[in-house]
Amino acid sequence: MIDAGAEDEEKWLAEGIAGIQHNAFFMHRALDSNNLKDALKFSAQMLSELRTSRLSPHKYYELYMRAFDELRKVEMFFKEETKRGCSVIDLYELVQHAGNILPRLYLLCTVGSVYIKSKEAPSKDVLKDLVEMCRGIQHPVRGLFLRSYLSQISRDQLLEIGLQDEGDAENVNDAVEFVLQNFTEMNKLWVRMQHQGPAREREKREKERSELRDLVGKNLHVLSQIDGVDLDMYKDIVLPRVLEQIVNCKDELAQYYLMDCIIQVFPDEYHLQTLETLLGACPQLQPTVDIKTVLSQLMDRLSNYAASSPEVLPEFLQVEAFAKLSNAIGKVIEANADMPVVGAITLYVSLLTFTLRVHPDRLDYVDQVLGACVRKLSGKAKLEDSRATKQIVALLSAPLEKYNDIVTALNLSNYPRVMDHLDNATNKVMAVVIIQSIMKNATCISTSDKVEALFELIKGLIKDVDGSAEDELDEEDFKEEQNSVARLIHMLYNDDPEEMLQIICTVRKHILLGGPKRLPFTVPSLAFSALKLVRRLQGQDGDVASEEEPATPKKIFQILHQIIEALSSVPSPELALRLYLQCAEAANDCDLEPVAYEFFTQAFILYEEEVADSKAQVTAIHLIIGTLQRMNIFGVENRDTLTHKATGYSAKLLKKPDQCRAVYACSHLFWVEDQDGIKDGERVLLCLKRALRIANAAQQMANVTRGSSGPVTLFVEILNKYLYFFEKGNPQITTAAIQGLIELITTEMQSENATTDPAADAFFASTLRYIQLQKEKGGTIGEKYEPIKV
Amino acid sequence: MNYIVGAFKPPCKITISFSDARTRKQASIKKENGQMMMVPLFQSQENIAGEVSIEPVLGKKVEHNGVKIELLGQIELYFDRGNFYDFTSLVRELDVPSEIYEKKTYPFEFSTVEMPYESYNGINVRLRYILRVTVSRNFVNNIVEQQVFWVRNYTPPPTINNSIKMEVGIEDCLHIEFEYNKSKYHLKDVIIGKIYFLLVRIKIKNMELEVRRRESTGSGPNTYVETETLAKYELMDGAPVRGESIPVRLFLSPYELTPTYRNINNKFSVKYYLNLVLVDEEDRRYFKQQEITVYRLMENS
Repeated sequence: MIDAGAEDEEKWLAEGIAGIQHNAFFMHRALDSNNLKDALKFSAQMLSELRTSRLSPHKYYELYMRAFDELRKVEMFFKEETKRGCSVIDLYELVQHAGNILPRLYLLCTVGSVYIKSKEAPSKDVLKDLVEMCRGIQHPVRGLFLRSYLSQISRDQLLEIGLQDEGDAENVNDAVEFVLQNFTEMNKLWVRMQHQGPAREREKREKERSELRDLVGKNLHVLSQIDGVDLDMYKDIVLPRVLEQIVNCKDELAQYYLMDCIIQVFPDEYHLQTLETLLGACPQLQPTVDIKTVLSQLMDRLSNYAASSPEVLPEFLQVEAFAKLSNAIGKVIEANADMPVVGAITLYVSLLTFTLRVHPDRLDYVDQVLGACVRKLSGKAKLEDSRATKQIVALLSAPLEKYNDIVTALNLSNYPRVMDHLDNATNKVMAVVIIQSIMKNATCISTSDKVEALFELIKGLIKDVDGSAEDELDEEDFKEEQNSVARLIHMLYNDDPEEMLQIICTVRKHILLGGPKRLPFTVPSLAFSALKLVRRLQGQDGDVASEEEPATPKKIFQILHQIIEALSSVPSPELALRLYLQCAEAANDCDLEPVAYEFFTQAFILYEEEVADSKAQVTAIHLIIGTLQRMNIFGVENRDTLTHKATGYSAKLLKKPDQCRAVYACSHLFWVEDQDGIKDGERVLLCLKRALRIANAAQQMANVTRGSSGPVTLFVEILNKYLYFFEKGNPQITTAAIQGLIELITTEMQSENATTDPAADAFFASTLRYIQLQKEKGGTIGEKYEPIKV
Repeated sequence: MNYIVGAFKPPCKITISFSDARTRKQASIKKENGQMMMVPLFQSQENIAGEVSIEPVLGKKVEHNGVKIELLGQIELYFDRGNFYDFTSLVRELDVPSEIYEKKTYPFEFSTVEMPYESYNGINVRLRYILRVTVSRNFVNNIVEQQVFWVRNYTPPPTINNSIKMEVGIEDCLHIEFEYNKSKYHLKDVIIGKIYFLLVRIKIKNMELEVRRRESTGSGPNTYVETETLAKYELMDGAPVRGESIPVRLFLSPYELTPTYRNINNKFSVKYYLNLVLVDEEDRRYFKQQEITVYRLMENS
């Protein structure tokens, strides 16, 4: 059916074109022979083709363009005719003798244009007559095209009026009046199209109408081009009249298009100065009009305008652009209660963009916008609509991008309240965005209040929000998120220790809510951040530190204790253990023996109670040993207890090689290379001997279980320890002992059931070479090594 | 100027000429056979003067009982064709009974002739003025020669010329108000007006204004009425909505109108009407007819 219709239409169009061509041919002949009567007759016949009702606007346009081209020739002819002495007034009458109105009016407009150019009558009168006579065409499509023809042929003259009579306001007035009237009538016709014809073709009609819209809009374009239309005239005449028409036509399509037209066509400064009027019209439009897009366009334009030249900014302030826009948006949203949330939020996004561009210094404005948004969202559950969510993200990201500084955003009290309305996933995304912004700009957040606000913002990352705990999260994402939180913690910094302490407390408060999965990520950051503070305090120890100052290392250690404890209960014992050791070391540097001791105790407890995995144990014990070795504040008793423990645990490791290694490592606990370090050679030797025993046992065990003894690596390692202490001057380590060990290793290596391990061999060979080298060095070292035979 | 020659061969040639033939205006008239013809133009109260010349055919003499010239105003109704009703009849004797041997010329004059009616060629009636020269003879037919001339009477603009304004409609269907600026128009006048739509519930396709002429002849049972549509002038294309006002501007000059003739000598009338016609999409016509008076405007006014 539709195809057939289209085919028919093609046929009709072809017929119409043929009709035009046919009559145009005779018309040309008449024109060439200066036969006015025939020229009028055939041009009228030609134009009669435009009387068709069968074509869609699109096809009608084609037909119209054909006729239009021909009319140019007729116009030229009329012009020449007047030169030949035929008065233009007579011509003006003559064309009106045509019986059919449409051809008559086309010809009238054509002569009218010549008439105006001839200046035989005031152009105002001619234009007025033309625009008035055109009322005879009440058929929407034909009327629109006729009037568009009128506006086209009069355009040049109108623009000329604006140019010529710079001072002559009256002429400009008339020109404007003419365009306005034509515009009004065209719009009426255009709107009327909607209401004619069967209801089922509504969609088709809307499509056709939108094809025609530029005909209507062109009038506004002409208005904007008339030179004489200055701000005052725009304000007093043009805008009110146009708006009146827009509001009164009560047509969705027209209102939307024309509002948009106004915004696009007239200069920005006009909009700025007439903001109130323009915005005042918005709530009066039909509820279905997509006003948000209109307003967004307006705000976009204005913000671009503001961005284009800074010198216009005072104007914005002067007209209180923000207040007006904000007000208007409020009204629009209020008026359209059933507007989807996404629409309202889009509006706010535009307003916010505008605000950020125009009033970057007015944070309160930004906050107002967010506040309004919160009010709109309040009473609703979290947003489900993905588009709305997207818009909110845009809304929230805008200030971050603009200020490049989260600190500013933190001052916005409504910021987190808007975030509350996001669903959990988006909330997290937004939080990550915030953190990334901080990272990118290396923003330092320096007060606890701000930190508090910040954590309020990113709480989606910090703790489980109700109901989301069950959601299976992507492990990778989760790690990513938590890592960013961890990074964030390092961005919280203040030079003032007291404030820093506050910050730490605040962060602690928040991250402790994080639950077992998050703590392993967040606690270390915080702990190190706190330790950093400790180091700093320690550094300025000499300064006047008042007694009441809360930011003492002691206090910080208390806090650290708590947070690490939280971690250990997660459980994440290895991590906690490491942190304890770190703290202990820091405490050591601060000369806080009890604190350090306590940390060690905690570490040991953890080791005993929580670290079950043998590999973890090995690592842990080595860490403990290493840390303990560096401690220098412990008194003899405490130290003994701790070293004893450490040695004890070392010997209780599961695997013999591990035992061996831990034990020889323990030897260092008794030999600290410090000016006042402990140098207990005897116990060093004890450790080493014990290590040898264990190595022996390991060898035998290997022999028993696998039929071949293991590599000699352990022995070589012990040999190296011997050498180390020998060089350090431990009197208990004698050349004889070393000599014995070397021989032992050599024997082991030559024994039949020894498995050869190239690495171990190489290791041994290197060790021997080292001894040889030391010997060759001569001097005291050489002497010392002299007795050892390789 | 014009030689009207009889059907049979007359013994002499009679010529009627006007003394101011050179300067007198002429009217272009459509003859019954459709051809155009130029005839001298007069108006009421004018002197009609000229010469009649009688020229016998070579070598013949014309014996007569006297020569006269008549000025006749005649109405001919076509249902009674050939029967002329003379409403004006003036006679001038030109010669006493005698014989004419050679060309003889007689001057004549009718002064300030009352010619109240205009010449008119209608569908069922015509009104004409003629000069008729009769050479009376014994025993044989009189020799008759006729000369037509045209009469047009001019009137000054009427002192009272109200506009025509009226509201008409079909209940709950269509209500319009129309206004024509005058009720009396001269022949080259322009009808200016507007149509205002108060209520439109029908789908109108277009609207036109017709100028109609109604010629009625005869009286009583023999009355014949002929209506001609002289102009069809489209005023509006498409369907208007309530509140629309459509302008009217109709130039009368292209149409061949005559003044309104009311009850000319109790024989006929010619009246003019403006007929406003609205056509709906089903081609139904809604119309309202209004009489207008047409007059011939005095040229110098």
